[in-house]
Amino acid sequence: MLTLALSKGRIYDEAVKLLGRIGIEPAEDPDKSRKLILPTTRDGLQLLIIRATDVPTYVEYGAADLGIAGKDVLVEYDATGLYEPLDLGIARCRLMTAGKPGMRLSQGARLRVATKYVKAAQRYFAAQGIQAEIIKLYGSMELAPLVGLADCIVDVVDTGNTLRANGLEPKDLIMEVSSRLILNKAAMKMKHEAVTGFIDELKQALDRSE
Amino acid sequence: MLTQDRWLLPEGIEEILPNEARNLEYLRCQALDLFARWGYRLVIPPLMEFIDSLLVGTGHDLDLQTFKLIDQISGRLMGIRADMTPQVARIDARTAKGDLPTRLCYLGTVLHTQSDHLEKSRSPMQVGAELYGHAGHASDVEIIRLMLEMLAVTGISDVHLDLGHVGIYRGLARQAGLDSEHEAELFEILQRKDRTELGSFLESSGVELKISNMLATLLDLNGPDHIIEIARDRLRFASEYVNQALSDLEAIASVLRRLFPALPVNFDLAELRGYHYQTGVVFAAFVPGYGREIARGGRYDDIGKVFGRARPATGFSADLKVLASLSTGGDEAIPYVSIFAPAADDFDLYEVIRNLRAEGKIVVQELPGQTQGARGMGCSLELRKHGDEWKVVKV
Repeated sequence: MLTLALSKGRIYDEAVKLLGRIGIEPAEDPDKSRKLILPTTRDGLQLLIIRATDVPTYVEYGAADLGIAGKDVLVEYDATGLYEPLDLGIARCRLMTAGKPGMRLSQGARLRVATKYVKAAQRYFAAQGIQAEIIKLYGSMELAPLVGLADCIVDVVDTGNTLRANGLEPKDLIMEVSSRLILNKAAMKMKHEAVTGFIDELKQALDRSE
Repeated sequence: MLTQDRWLLPEGIEEILPNEARNLEYLRCQALDLFARWGYRLVIPPLMEFIDSLLVGTGHDLDLQTFKLIDQISGRLMGIRADMTPQVARIDARTAKGDLPTRLCYLGTVLHTQSDHLEKSRSPMQVGAELYGHAGHASDVEIIRLMLEMLAVTGISDVHLDLGHVGIYRGLARQAGLDSEHEAELFEILQRKDRTELGSFLESSGVELKISNMLATLLDLNGPDHIIEIARDRLRFASEYVNQALSDLEAIASVLRRLFPALPVNFDLAELRGYHYQTGVVFAAFVPGYGREIARGGRYDDIGKVFGRARPATGFSADLKVLASLSTGGDEAIPYVSIFAPAADDFDLYEVIRNLRAEGKIVVQELPGQTQGARGMGCSLELRKHGDEWKVVKV
């Protein structure tokens, strides 16, 4: 039995479409069912519905063999105990800095950055040679520059509408984000045939669509 | 200070209470007795030593994991051991006589500055065995067999073995002529088996197509037995060094197949565990229900050089606490039976207790004024006087 962990919302919607192309359908709709473990139309595969940031944790512990997680989450998790065999190309967005229009960084000044992507932000500003103080927030980052909590924010940007609605504009690209298939190391060794079979199927489905 | 702050232990540091301690000690004896029967002599390396010798040839990770302090006598920096393997290598390099093979084993607590991702522990109990002075397959096979035996005697079942060889990647990276920065990047991508990034890395690296194809195929070279054959074909343009690595792996696997026909063996030619100090075959043991390896090891031929003697070396290690948590054959299966003795000041009673203890029985004697009897002390048997004689009876 293989267990695939993924999160509700955009990743789930797009992942289910992808799974549908290789003939796998969840037996229930997670929005209607309260179940956290969903059987699928394929005997050897079940889905685990969890929070996006928990997906790498479940997979690293081996509580799930496979998972689907955004690259933004993986960078933050600092996953060294996981394999990332496939870029699924779904739930695409961009991790960017954003701030008030016309905001300029004076050289050598300390920058206050509000974000939930602490590690990615630290790494990015260090690479730019900017001394940044990171303020960890859990949501509504757009508010921080408006109320003077931070000079700028680091967040994932899809259309940019939320930023503009709050008088901010996207500035620099930190990285392109898409969802990756992740894999527990022990599962790769012990359930080799099942796991590689599943990955190959997905890979072929992705190659066909390209 | 709140009461709970006084008894709270630092993160990742634990105390082990009687039942668990008994189990752990039982497994410790099982492992060390096994090593002794195989001719592996126990060494007890120091808890701390100078950082220069502790971190020799090990890489940045271990440096970060090591607690450091200044020696007030020499003024030099000391470290508390975070891994005992380099210590044992130093012991061998300094004490080995001639070219005779040396077999050493060790067991002790190591300290880490950062909690382990999975176990959350900063104080694993490292157990391991090392074989120095022989460079062929025979010593690798002996060490793998010993690891499998140790897992068996500590009650770990359903073991899966993973085999790899760092020489394959090292040889290809050398052929590709990558500088150290690019090699580090490639190493990191292979560790994640990230096909997408590997593709774009190889495209932009300017590595000759023949070689970059071989690096790309590494990600597919994992699975059961026939992988070596496939590797021979796909890596046919590789250097002699890579070919030799494949032959090594094949030779080791064929012996293991004969000795352990039922053992599931998985090959992974992109597995680079311990790459910075490993030089040859690498292996690890996995069990279902645990997200990563429970024991690991491999060949590391160069480590003794800095201590003045480069000797071939191969070995393995594991965390006994992890083994204990997965063990089904521990001491917990054997019920803890103790005999309660009353507080009577009776010469005969002392004699009886002494004899029982000499037979290996557990006897707990009541202290004067104690309010609870045998049941309260958790004893299922007690000594009672029948006429002139003290007898062991059920509570």
